[in-house]
Amino acid sequence: MPLFDTLLYYLDFPFVRYAIVVGVLVSLCSSLLGVTLVLKRYSYIGDGLSHVAFGALAVASVLKLSSNMFIILPVTIAVAILLLCTGKDARVKGDAAIAMVSVSALAIGYLLMNVFSTSANVSGDVCTTLFGSTSILTLKASDVYLCAVLSVAVLVTFVLFYHKIFSITFDEHFAKATGVHAAFFNLLIAVITAVIIVLAMNLVGALLVSALVVFPALSAMRVFKSFFSVTVAAASLSVACSLVGILIAILAGTPVGSTIVAMDIVAFLLCYITSLVRGRS
Amino acid sequence: MSALLKCRQLTLGYGNKDVVRDLDYDVNAGDYLCIVGRNGSGKTTFLRGLAGLLSPRSGSVELCDGLKRNQIGFLPQITVVQKDFPATVEEIVLSAFQGKKFFLPFYGRAQRERAMESMALTRTESLAKSCFRELSGGQKQRVLLARALTAAERLLLLDEPVTGLDPESADSMYRIFADLHREKNMTIVMVTHDIEAAQKEASRVLDFNSMTV
Repeated sequence: MPLFDTLLYYLDFPFVRYAIVVGVLVSLCSSLLGVTLVLKRYSYIGDGLSHVAFGALAVASVLKLSSNMFIILPVTIAVAILLLCTGKDARVKGDAAIAMVSVSALAIGYLLMNVFSTSANVSGDVCTTLFGSTSILTLKASDVYLCAVLSVAVLVTFVLFYHKIFSITFDEHFAKATGVHAAFFNLLIAVITAVIIVLAMNLVGALLVSALVVFPALSAMRVFKSFFSVTVAAASLSVACSLVGILIAILAGTPVGSTIVAMDIVAFLLCYITSLVRGRS
Repeated sequence: MSALLKCRQLTLGYGNKDVVRDLDYDVNAGDYLCIVGRNGSGKTTFLRGLAGLLSPRSGSVELCDGLKRNQIGFLPQITVVQKDFPATVEEIVLSAFQGKKFFLPFYGRAQRERAMESMALTRTESLAKSCFRELSGGQKQRVLLARALTAAERLLLLDEPVTGLDPESADSMYRIFADLHREKNMTIVMVTHDIEAAQKEASRVLDFNSMTV
């Protein structure tokens, strides 16, 4: 089996193994939180925050910081808190706020990259950052450790507070009226969301982060009927799509981010057809 | 008779409009209070104020006699988000316990039994494993009531509880409230359009039509 041999050959390279580890962790985390975000009608938050992260990245590279994470993470967390923890009862405002922040960050980020460009190929750099075409294959061991630590923290928090997250996702008013510290848990969700989006940006790039957040949740919701099964299914689907996507990208030489999203779209279509067939019978 | 909730000079509103102004009112332990009034008269706003969902513009709502938020059961109106929410009835009713403890990663047997009791009362027991979004409007309403009953230890706040129910289900709901009130000494505050039922069951009526804002 030449295909299998090629795969084994590639798996010998540490950067391929790094990509797979990071890919699995990030897709797992993003799909878990994606269920909550989609149901809370915050599907666009992934898009908005990833643009903010892109803007912060541009600032970081202009300032020539040694590690970009130290500026991207705090900025994205701050904006996430701003967007998710205000205007719950004024949804139109929140919606417009996301659009405004998202577009501004994108524009300013591109402007900074252009004006203070450090490399000869600005559009290539921007393209890489937005679409993550190669970044996941250029990860260093330290990136992988940071990603692993953050993902595990997100996973543990999600598992421990799973029922709380369900309760404020399903009915924030009831939760608040009956003594749940809804403000605190909204803050927690905002912080986790920001962390996941910054992580996911490494994998698929800023533009495709939304897909990683939204698709697994939407696919799982077509087919499954309890919150628990939707969560588990979204996580499994997301990990499977990312694994297959990364392997195809390595073997076929396609861009990693776009290939993963293509797999997510295929999974969604399959789930959609399943739900249609089930509805008929 | 001791007060459970004390409203002092309470003013509530949205945007730059006051809906409730300078209201002094006590909800006493053991009350069966019905709040009636036209659309837009402020009765639901008042209930949201009592539930702590709306901060007062001025004045205060005070929880007295050792009442804590997590001893309150609340039946809100169904929201758009919930209409296509993938969750089973059991998951929803059990979520009533999340206010009781900050850290509650698992539900114990006693909690599951209490949730089943509430479901039996509201005749939603057989729906325990069903998906919420596939239920009829009346069934959804009964599930949310089961959740409210599960959470309620001393006070039950109800926002138009019989909306979307057929007369038979509405009657059985009123019977549940009356039993809770009589046998468990539950304090009940209900916003309703059903003035007849309000007068039949309630120990007090608060009429928002007669209040001028």
